[in-house]
Amino acid sequence: MTSAHRLTLRDLPAYRTGCEQGYRLQPGQVVILVGLATCGLAAGGADVAAAIREELASRQPEVCAAGRQVEVRSTGCLGLCEQEVLVDVHFAGQPRLTYAHVTPDLARRIVAEHVVGGRPIENRIIGRIEDEDHPYKDQTACAKQVRIVLANCGFIDPERIEHYVARGGYAGLERVLQGLSPAGVIAEVKVSGLRGRGGAGFPTGLKWEFAARAAGDKKYVVCNADEGDPGAFMDRSVLEGDPHAVIEGMLIGAYAIGADEGYIYCRAEYPLAIKRLRVAIEQAEALGLLGRNILGTGFGFELHIKEGAGAFVCGEETALMASIMGLRGTPRPRPPFPANRGLWDKPTNINNVETWANVPRILVRGGAWFAGIGTERSKGTKVFALTGKIRNTGLAEVPMGITLREIVYEIGGGIQNDRQYKAVQIGGPSGGCMPASLLDTPVDYDSLVAAGAMMGSGGMVVVDEGTCMVDLARFFMAFVQSESCGKCPPCRVGTRLMLETLERICAGEGQPGDIDWLVDMGRKIKAFSLCGLGQTAPNPVLTTIQYFRDEYEAHIRDKTCPAGVCPALVSFGVIADKCKGCGRCIKVCPSGAASGKLKEVHSIDAALCIRCGACFEACKFEAIERGQPAAAPAEVAG
Amino acid sequence: MADQLRLTVDGRDVLVPAGATILGAAEAAGVEIPTLCHHPLLKPSGACRMCLVEVEGARGLLTACSTPASGGMIVRTRTDQVVAARRTVLELLVSEHPLDCLTCESTGDCRLQDYAYEYSVTGRDVAGLPNTPAADGRQAKLDDSNPFLVRDLNKCILCGRCVRICHEVMGYGAIDFVSRGATTKVTTAFDVPLEESPCVFCGNCLTICPTGALQAKTGRGLGRSFQYDRVRTICTFCGVGCSLDLHVRDGRIIGASAAEGPANRGLVCVKGHFGHDWIQSPDRLTTPLIRAGDGTFRRATWDEALDLVASRLAEIKAAHGPDAIGGLASAKCTNEENYLFQRMMRAAIGTNNVDHCARL
Ligand SMILES: Cc1cc2nc3c(=O)[nH]c(=O)nc-3n(C[C@H](O)[C@H](O)[C@H](O)COP(=O)(O)O)c2cc1C
Ligand code: SF4
Ligand code: SF4
Ligand code: SF4
Ligand code: FES
Repeated sequence: MTSAHRLTLRDLPAYRTGCEQGYRLQPGQVVILVGLATCGLAAGGADVAAAIREELASRQPEVCAAGRQVEVRSTGCLGLCEQEVLVDVHFAGQPRLTYAHVTPDLARRIVAEHVVGGRPIENRIIGRIEDEDHPYKDQTACAKQVRIVLANCGFIDPERIEHYVARGGYAGLERVLQGLSPAGVIAEVKVSGLRGRGGAGFPTGLKWEFAARAAGDKKYVVCNADEGDPGAFMDRSVLEGDPHAVIEGMLIGAYAIGADEGYIYCRAEYPLAIKRLRVAIEQAEALGLLGRNILGTGFGFELHIKEGAGAFVCGEETALMASIMGLRGTPRPRPPFPANRGLWDKPTNINNVETWANVPRILVRGGAWFAGIGTERSKGTKVFALTGKIRNTGLAEVPMGITLREIVYEIGGGIQNDRQYKAVQIGGPSGGCMPASLLDTPVDYDSLVAAGAMMGSGGMVVVDEGTCMVDLARFFMAFVQSESCGKCPPCRVGTRLMLETLERICAGEGQPGDIDWLVDMGRKIKAFSLCGLGQTAPNPVLTTIQYFRDEYEAHIRDKTCPAGVCPALVSFGVIADKCKGCGRCIKVCPSGAASGKLKEVHSIDAALCIRCGACFEACKFEAIERGQPAAAPAEVAG
Repeated sequence: MADQLRLTVDGRDVLVPAGATILGAAEAAGVEIPTLCHHPLLKPSGACRMCLVEVEGARGLLTACSTPASGGMIVRTRTDQVVAARRTVLELLVSEHPLDCLTCESTGDCRLQDYAYEYSVTGRDVAGLPNTPAADGRQAKLDDSNPFLVRDLNKCILCGRCVRICHEVMGYGAIDFVSRGATTKVTTAFDVPLEESPCVFCGNCLTICPTGALQAKTGRGLGRSFQYDRVRTICTFCGVGCSLDLHVRDGRIIGASAAEGPANRGLVCVKGHFGHDWIQSPDRLTTPLIRAGDGTFRRATWDEALDLVASRLAEIKAAHGPDAIGGLASAKCTNEENYLFQRMMRAAIGTNNVDHCARL
């Protein structure tokens, strides 16, 4: 391994060659890769890695006898979060083979049979990687993915800068420092057509130009790693799997706008991302890639990490900057824009994690190459976090303009248990739902906005027929209401009134006129709120009303919940001729409402039933029937 | 001129200095824009949304209080959308405001009330929803645990003026927003009573509060703004010379508030704001008293008292020399009074033993 010494521009190519040699597998070398991002760790990755190391140690003589040199490497997330723990075995000169759902036991077998014995456990292998740029390209889930932002995730060890450099890392910075002017860098980013990945899709090159032109001897760049949307984890995966890409992007941005200091604002709930960022910053500083006199060119950039306490509103750029300055995280009106008055009133450029991670690649391969991917007005790729009732939950990086259908059915593998697709909520609490009729919408900034949703940061929550859309809207409204900073009345009070109205509807106490009132109030909140939180907060309600109005009407007029979700509007009973008296419902019922003797027809006591639906899900004989409550809830006038 | 901007507000041409806000330009044009969170002493906050206006070419409405005016801007303050914004803000604020104006201390001196009247917002406008004063979590008991201020957070509209004056102008930072969403409220760190916070009870938050959320404890129940006269005076507590309005009803002082003056710019301290009960105290001395040999006091005239002081000082000076006498001036004295005092000590008595209590 190369020891850390400060590099100059002239040394960098030789250093990279050294890194490449170290990264490439030499004959006889075997690398075992274990996915140890948060998804892998949550699935038990640490135990699996320990089992692999133990097994290797105990078989040291055999390993040596077989002439193998084995390295265990921890990597970031490949995107197949659903299949974690993932373990790959890579023999020099052969395709890399992937095992999914690995337990410590399976891990030991993999070491014994595959690594030592040379016999892959074929029936446990889920895929092969021949080309690091197109992993699993023979599989539908991966064929349409294009990896730019996630290029290194799942390949390199994020805590080893040599890996990043070996895969072309810091070559963007090298090109810039070798002779591109700040204006030249901005021009290249403009050509690429890159737009902000943090939500609003503002053209990045233009934003940099504003900050570059702003008067001031002190400027800052900021990376927004707050990622507060429920269901979003793209930025976390990038930071955990490839932290240097973000750092290099920020270095290039700082050079372009004339900043010498930067902050990464990362939520404290991402301890692993923060740890890997710290390691990456230390390693980059030790090599002279960060700090003073970078690569001997005189350009200096100091980078800090600021941990946020996990408020959704702190992702809003002005609130985020207030938080960095030690103030309460509340948005303020713009203008002045951060480009003119940001941190400590100095010109500041703020971009999202994914935006920054695109930058080095654009500088290496050219803006024109990037502009060749995607659509007319949305260039490049977007990373989405697929969650909810979809088969392949995980990360997917796709070219802009791909249809929703391709994402849900090809990449996502369709709906779990072959149930019916109902909608996908895009853009988290600020976004909107897209019903089946819009499945062929191309996924780009403008088409999504036209449909009433938005790209947001890239969360996609897929829901099936078992989801009540009123309940879904209520959930997001509860989220934005409790995350509203409380500063301006439309958002603070308006969302509370909307939430109370939705709660009433779900409780069977909806009144005629409620829907129109929700639409009217929603539009007002959007138009009159101070910041993006309030300005988008009603979107989930407005789009569910737009596309699923009949469900709202069923709740209000017929006092029924068609999806059978809202507890006040359903009841559960036993269908006598289907019940086998197996006792499953008794076992799962949390409130003791189900009872009966074994092998005799069971029954459910409506007075005790809390209408959670556990018995309905659990019964193997479809003997539980879900219907309207026997007695309609308290009559509401009107 | 280069540093002047020309723009139009509701069709009226105005010229304003560069750096002016749209609100400033509207004022210059004689157009009134309603505001709740704005105050000239404070930095713009953009919180209340009452001042939203339309600007041609801008995406959405802009807050007049915070948006800088620019040359050629075309501002409209009376469009349907602008009026809808004002009404919406008022409806939402009033929807969670107690409707007890009948007995509220601030009736007649409350912006929320004025605007609700102007825009006919009754508090029952929001889709027939019940008026819900004290949204969860803010349900606050009246805080009157200190001798000066009463805080009724149920009446607070969270405009943030009190917070900002305490931080930006007074520099105490005793209060701030806590919590989020519907439970947001203004309070001290860890919600302790004001007396346990860095609060110095200057009461400037009270002066600047546009509603009845903050009230002076001393004047409660004694009269409301339309029942008392404001008598402009200079505070007698110290030499700073803050302008003060005494609230006078039926010949009695029932309160005081900061007034705009060159020395204080609308701010006062705890003494000027709340220290007026002594004026009408029956214990207050109204003539000089002279102590008799047996230790009792008798009433005297000023001439008698001053003659006594002069003759005793002369006696001491004759017996022990001028340096046996020293003079300490009071912090209540003005500069001019202090000057006269040291002249008296130096020229009339002949000593340099003169000082001022503020140095002690
Ligand atoms: C309520 C709210 C939350 C936001 N959260 C995030 C976030 O978590 N991450 C992010 O990058 N941008 C977030 N944004 C967008 C930022 O304000 C800002 O537009 C973005 O960081 C700019 O970067 P970009 O141009 O690279 O997208 C949020 C905006 C709002 C209104
Ligand atoms: S819109 Fe909501 S989050 Fe944004 S400033 Fe207003 S209250 Fe705060
Ligand atoms: S009385 Fe003065 S110090 Fe106390 S909270 Fe109000 S402004 Fe701050
Ligand atoms: S107490 Fe008064 S000044 Fe302070 S936020 Fe509430 S309404 Fe505004
Ligand atoms: S006065 Fe402008 S937002 Fe309150």
